[in-house]
Amino acid sequence: MIALLWILLDITLAGLLLGLAWAAVATRDLQRAVVLFIALGLLVTLVWARLQAPDLALAEAAIGAGIAGALLLAALRDETRLAIEPPGSRGLPLLVINVGSFAVFVMVAWGLLHALSVSDGDRLRDVALAAVDYSGVSHPVTAVLLNFRAYDTLLELAVVFAAVLGVLALGPARPAFQSPSPLLFGITSALVPLLIITAGYLLWVGAHAPGGAFQAGATLAAAGILLRLGGYSRGGLPGSRATRWLLVIGVAVFMLVGLLVMSGEQSVLQYPDEWAGALILLIEAAATLSIAAALILAYVGGRPPGWEAAKHDDAEAAD
Amino acid sequence: MLAQSIIYGLAAVGLFVIGLRGALLHSSALARILAINVCGIGVFLMFVVVAWRGPDASPDPVPHALVLTGIVVAVSATALALVLARRLQELEDD
Repeated sequence: MIALLWILLDITLAGLLLGLAWAAVATRDLQRAVVLFIALGLLVTLVWARLQAPDLALAEAAIGAGIAGALLLAALRDETRLAIEPPGSRGLPLLVINVGSFAVFVMVAWGLLHALSVSDGDRLRDVALAAVDYSGVSHPVTAVLLNFRAYDTLLELAVVFAAVLGVLALGPARPAFQSPSPLLFGITSALVPLLIITAGYLLWVGAHAPGGAFQAGATLAAAGILLRLGGYSRGGLPGSRATRWLLVIGVAVFMLVGLLVMSGEQSVLQYPDEWAGALILLIEAAATLSIAAALILAYVGGRPPGWEAAKHDDAEAAD
Repeated sequence: MLAQSIIYGLAAVGLFVIGLRGALLHSSALARILAINVCGIGVFLMFVVVAWRGPDASPDPVPHALVLTGIVVAVSATALALVLARRLQELEDD
């Protein structure tokens, strides 16, 4: 009986997921689509919690629903055409796309269900969970992210850095919003210190419970977005030189640690056992600062005011 | 195979196809970026469904770490795509 209720909950969640996604994609009004997308992100958070993925629930709520939603809402400000044209007026006819989508659905669903029904063979799960004790942390996802698959995380930080370089290269940011109401000002001055403390806690607790550098970085970025909405046009970031250091420090510390551990006859990124916990915390702290600076700059949407441009920019402006 | 895996697995593929269809049909850049993000949510759900081992056992941590990486990369790519779309709009308006 209880199991039936859980299955009913799962069917409801899955149905809501599909319904929200369809509504977000098929609506004619862009503003409505963005708000429905934020709601979809929050619903997916519930699904992650249901599927026993608490780290993902934290990250999706902060990054997937929160920051992605804020980015889309800020982009709406510059969008002039808020009404979406009815589909089918471009290249391929509607029938081809519908039939093709259904075919893709059938093929991928069959593949996924077939993969789920295969149950024999060694799973990475057993290998990973057995090695967690030697990784320096006690939470399996943090161990996988920062020890077993540390190379992937290093490259991911590099990808975030490259995206921010693209954002900075594309021009100055739009001016910040109109001056904030006293209510927003009051809330900001209360919430921002709380968010900073929460980010520090999330960074620390990632070693033995769901949390870690990405969730902490996203919380700090949320504080920066609040500051920008409250009228601080740089979103709490320091001057351009210090911000450049903040952006670089994540990848730099990770690479330095990875290369320096080679001095003890280990291979790259193979932390010595007794130092592993401390090294992971150091890398996570640097990554938190980098991710926060990167996400704030992504929200600002360009070079913040007062950013020192490159030399040839000044020469072009002088012409 | 557990019932929840089937339910969420089909929902994941459905999300992916809905996002794909939206990305192909819309003409506004913002709408297409939103649709591709819906695609991304579908892919993440597929990963987590594969990682789920039932209500009694602990889930597989490796796909969780991959999806965490994926969420951050998706948001960074979305930010870059939005700034590119805005710049393109500015250049077209000139």
